[in-house]
Amino acid sequence: MFEKIKNNNTAIMVLFSIMVLAGPLIMAPFGAGYPDLLQRFAIYGIFAVGFNLLFGLTGYLSFGHAAFLGIGSYSAVWMFKLLTMNIVPAIFLAVLLSGLAALVIGYVALRRSGIYFSILTLAFAQMAYNLAYSVLTPITNGETGLQLSLHDARILDPVNTSGSLPSTNFFGAAMNATAKTELFGMTLQFNVGFYVCALILILAFYISLRIFNSPFGLMLRAIRTNQTRLNYTGVNTKPYTLAVFVISGMYAGLAGGLLACTDPLAGAERMQWTASGEVVLMTILGGAGTLIGPVLGSGFIKYFENIFSKINDTVLDGWFSFMPDSMADFFVTIVHPFVGKGWHLTLGILFMLVVIFLPGGLVEGATRIGQWIARKTGAAPESKANSTVISTVHKD
Amino acid sequence: MSLLTVKNVGKRFGGLQALNDVNLQVEEGSVHAIIGPNGAGKSTLLNCFVGKLMPDTGSVTFDGTSLLGLKPHEINQTGVSRVFQTPEIFSDLTVFENVMISCLSKRDGAFKLNAIAALKSQNDIRNHAEEMLEDVGLLEKRNMNSSSMSRGDKRRLEMAMCLAQDPKLLLLDEPTAGMSRADTNNTIELLQEIGSSRKITKVIIEHDMHVVFSLANKISVLAQGTVIAEDSPENIKGNPKVKEAYLGEAQP
Ligand SMILES: Nc1ncnc2c1ncn2[C@@H]1O[C@H](COP(=O)(O)OP(=O)(O)OP(=O)(O)O)[C@@H](O)[C@H]1O
Ligand SMILES: [Mg+2]
Repeated sequence: MFEKIKNNNTAIMVLFSIMVLAGPLIMAPFGAGYPDLLQRFAIYGIFAVGFNLLFGLTGYLSFGHAAFLGIGSYSAVWMFKLLTMNIVPAIFLAVLLSGLAALVIGYVALRRSGIYFSILTLAFAQMAYNLAYSVLTPITNGETGLQLSLHDARILDPVNTSGSLPSTNFFGAAMNATAKTELFGMTLQFNVGFYVCALILILAFYISLRIFNSPFGLMLRAIRTNQTRLNYTGVNTKPYTLAVFVISGMYAGLAGGLLACTDPLAGAERMQWTASGEVVLMTILGGAGTLIGPVLGSGFIKYFENIFSKINDTVLDGWFSFMPDSMADFFVTIVHPFVGKGWHLTLGILFMLVVIFLPGGLVEGATRIGQWIARKTGAAPESKANSTVISTVHKD
Repeated sequence: MSLLTVKNVGKRFGGLQALNDVNLQVEEGSVHAIIGPNGAGKSTLLNCFVGKLMPDTGSVTFDGTSLLGLKPHEINQTGVSRVFQTPEIFSDLTVFENVMISCLSKRDGAFKLNAIAALKSQNDIRNHAEEMLEDVGLLEKRNMNSSSMSRGDKRRLEMAMCLAQDPKLLLLDEPTAGMSRADTNNTIELLQEIGSSRKITKVIIEHDMHVVFSLANKISVLAQGTVIAEDSPENIKGNPKVKEAYLGEAQP
């Protein structure tokens, strides 16, 4: 059954869409069902899906993708300031400008491959980060960050008389509008911003799926495997890598734009190298080169960042309260460094374990469990090919 | 008519004159072998045909156009395919995907942004790839991961990839080097089959005289960067200069 779903695009899309759209319901029991975090799941999912097109398919490891995220955010906020609070033009400009930036950066960086390519992209991103604080302050507003103000032009919007900052909207539907309902004692929050991001994630995922299964995608995988052979087979690899670099930069810009749509401000720290590194971790943790992996990886990391980091000693005391006092204290002391401010430690250990034991990331883990269950139940025959490269790339 | 014309080609690596005034005419439809002792400059010469090396002097003309200064993919697109000494394939991909790539490159040229079309619906390409695999006897292994094949099968696959492009000229650098006797004979058979059903001109660099004499109808002997003899296989066998060049090398 697992095999069948894996090779059926429609089934994948239906399943994926249901999971994403049911996000508020699925995440609520994990304490992650609030709009702010759900939006971030979707947005960083888009970021990672785009990053995976470059890294997962061609093997070119960019360490500078945060630059495109930042460019997307700045572009979007400028649209909010100048044109309208409707998110559509903002997203449009974000994608356009990040694509142009990717074209320029990619053109230069793709002259080299391997570690040199990575360093070049890192250098560009650091340059963008530093420029945002210095020369470009008229555009970026330096350390304060770019924010909305009451005096902004917003030429397409009616004159603002309310005296408070307007909120971003999608053709009138405010992004921060939320409908709440109670279910089994949980509060479910259905937020406009989340659903806009979710629909865009589904679209972004669909495009990624199409690219995976296209001749273009096959060429990209061939580039990762053997560029020499490809050259001697008559293929010019340069335009292929540049094209996918631009596409992936546009995905990043889209994510950056959406970040601004849900929270209309942009700061240079969004372009910091740590943000570039984060998307690398997301992709590898989830499973580079797999379709769904990057979405899982980004969800995982954002969950850790937002939920695990909030577990403090009081919460821990609650967990271990059933134990005798001295024992509870002992356990709290043991667990303490791994949660709260120490969430990076847990994530780091988890990341190392995955890289060492599951080079194919969480997706490989899931596949192995699936195969193990299949073997136990004796149902599905052993899938003959590779257990490591589980993507929906078709075996003919 | 000669398909590939090499005139006065010279190539120097530092103090070493690897090629010195090499002249060569490869006739259309022939199987032209280039033999010579180790370090004679055979691979260097071949690399001058495919865009990997730029000769210092002379010219290389293929089918009326100069190959000098063209990039490897451009040379391939003019109809020159090459087989590597150790089979170069896309080892992460399946056998079928390997051949598909060749077919796509033949149909779409050096670059095409074909990102939305589904591979599954490219029926012309798929049929073509299947035919090629059938021709080299790999059709039932189409879904195999190509890295897990035997060396002989990898060579077959690489050959299928070249054939899929329907090249005018096929260059083979020591296609049987490091192969077992069985794999070598296998490769000879394959090349003979290919020769009988298609009109592809071939240039073969080879150490194994058994291979050379089974396939070639013309032989050039290269020694220390110069062509010392060029003749039919029968005459090369008796040529004293050739014997001298090979002196000290055990010959079967
Ligand atoms: N890139 C290079 N830089 C410097 N010297 C080189 C280079 N390539 C080849 N040579 C030298 O040029 C000479 C010819 O080498 P080539 O590889 O063409 O010989 P060959 O006839 O193919 O030998 P073999 O039968 O061992 O493959 C050798 O002495 C080799 O060391
Ligand atoms: Mg050689």
